[in-house]
Amino acid sequence: MASHESTYRPTSNISKWLDARLPVQRMMHGQFVDFPTPRNINYLWTTGGLLTFFLAVQIVTGIVLAMHYMPSAADAFNSVEHIRRNVNYGWLIRNIHAVGASFFFLAVYIHIARGLYYGSYKAPREVLWILGVVIFLLMMATAFMGYSLPWGQMSFWAVTVITNLFSSIDSIIPGLGTRIVQWLWGGYAVSGTTLNRFYALHYLLPFVIVGVVGLHIWALHVVGQNNPTGLDIKSPSDTVPMAPYAVMKDVFALSVFVLLFAWFVFYLPDYLGHPDNYIEANPLSTPPHIVPEWYFLPYYAILRAIPDKLMGVIAMFSSILLLIFVPWLDTSRVRSTKYRPVYKWFFWLFVFTVVALGYLGSKPAEGVYVQWARVFTAYYFIHLLVVLPIVGVMETAKPLPRSIAESVLGSPAAAPKHR
Amino acid sequence: MASHSAEDPNRRDFIVILAQAFAGVGAAVALWPFIHQMNPDASTQALASIEVDLSPVKEGQAITVSWRGKPVFIRNRTAEEVKTAKAVKLTELKDPIARNEALPDRSPATDQNRTKKDKENWLVLVGICTHLGCIPKGQSMGDAKGDYGGWFCPCHGSHYDTAGRIRLGPAPQNLLVPPYEFVSNTMIKIG
Repeated sequence: MASHESTYRPTSNISKWLDARLPVQRMMHGQFVDFPTPRNINYLWTTGGLLTFFLAVQIVTGIVLAMHYMPSAADAFNSVEHIRRNVNYGWLIRNIHAVGASFFFLAVYIHIARGLYYGSYKAPREVLWILGVVIFLLMMATAFMGYSLPWGQMSFWAVTVITNLFSSIDSIIPGLGTRIVQWLWGGYAVSGTTLNRFYALHYLLPFVIVGVVGLHIWALHVVGQNNPTGLDIKSPSDTVPMAPYAVMKDVFALSVFVLLFAWFVFYLPDYLGHPDNYIEANPLSTPPHIVPEWYFLPYYAILRAIPDKLMGVIAMFSSILLLIFVPWLDTSRVRSTKYRPVYKWFFWLFVFTVVALGYLGSKPAEGVYVQWARVFTAYYFIHLLVVLPIVGVMETAKPLPRSIAESVLGSPAAAPKHR
Repeated sequence: MASHSAEDPNRRDFIVILAQAFAGVGAAVALWPFIHQMNPDASTQALASIEVDLSPVKEGQAITVSWRGKPVFIRNRTAEEVKTAKAVKLTELKDPIARNEALPDRSPATDQNRTKKDKENWLVLVGICTHLGCIPKGQSMGDAKGDYGGWFCPCHGSHYDTAGRIRLGPAPQNLLVPPYEFVSNTMIKIG
């Protein structure tokens, strides 16, 4: 259903000439103007557009910041202050970039939760989902390297702790982990050399993300969008053209989200950061309580919940990599959780688990916090490895509407005659 | 293209395989400089050694010096601390290996193997937690020293004893003893 003929009709001579040589306008029209969109999609389906917007914002502000930033251990910290105080509108651009990273992750978490709730990973959208996980991993790598650039205490120790994760390989092949870590550092400790290469990669990776986002959108437009009922598009009455319907919905949601974003940029630019990052990096002193940025806290909690170094690292990485297998771990034939009375409870328990892990990750690694982190880490994996396969087989789903149109307009008898 | 079956290869098949292998090996070889450039460079590798004067460090005090960009802990242990460290049985240790660069790899982590003979009050360690690389607390008088009186890593809660051995927490290894020697009674050379 998604593959459809573009209704593009070139009118001017120039567009006719171009259409015969490179039909790019035809493609854009077919994919982003008259593309058939399920008529029942809700505001959660605006997060894709939101994410595209934030990717563009991060790239534009990032390129501008790169014109003023100096990636050396001696200058990095001061050059960020220079951007904030001296560069014309530097404070604004830097705040947009720093807060933008947080809002990018906020949007992506809503986007992922949407996909999990409505079963958007199920056939035929497995490749689309896996590309999404790849984008998520690239985002994490980019954000991590970007966080190192201000070269404050949190930057420095975040780099130290995260690169040291690879030293856990030493307990499988002695010496290999250390070799990898020194290769990443370019030395025997984190130094200006490390900062310099992270800067180069931080500039590169967003463009890799652009490439994978292109594939993600391509895959989406091959299989078509999922929708709150999880039903396939069966007839043209199930859809509306993307423009103006879905586009206007996107624009409205974006406006609201950007309003919240602007509130943080202008009034709370440092609220999501850490005061310790305004102390210049000091390789001889670790801050008493180091925590990552909020969007990494759940994984940090998983890492710390496990008392063994290697197993902690494995658990942390597999908590994300397991998402790749969700399309096959979920055995239910019904896509949307809306029609899954039993799984619905487990889904919200999973959401609560991730939020709880985030809270616990922000707390010191001691006493009751570690105990609870273990409980929630256990559920995180039980959910993906046990609940998803078993509930899908056991549960009786609620009756599904016959079509998307029926779910919106009621039974066919009551439906108005349209188009 | 391949008009001949695998059982009957001809000269062309051989040349194609040879060319592919040549290109493959060439690509792998060309890749190496781009990987190796990230390893520690010559200036970083030039192993600098430092000399440290121990005379101002009184019993019970500790200093931190920087060696190869890493902090090195030097503690003048009290008789009490030495006694406690010596009383620990090897079976109680999480990591029973000395981790002393001057000794063979499998040497047991006795207090004797972590210090120099007749200088057992001096403990010299690379001050980097073997878990994820934070700097443990315990050098200053007011610091939390953990449950075993040595060092405590605030990042993820590893406790080290008065010989710098891991006793509790996620760290897998004892704090490393760097290569060092006494050049005089009150002077050591690290590296």
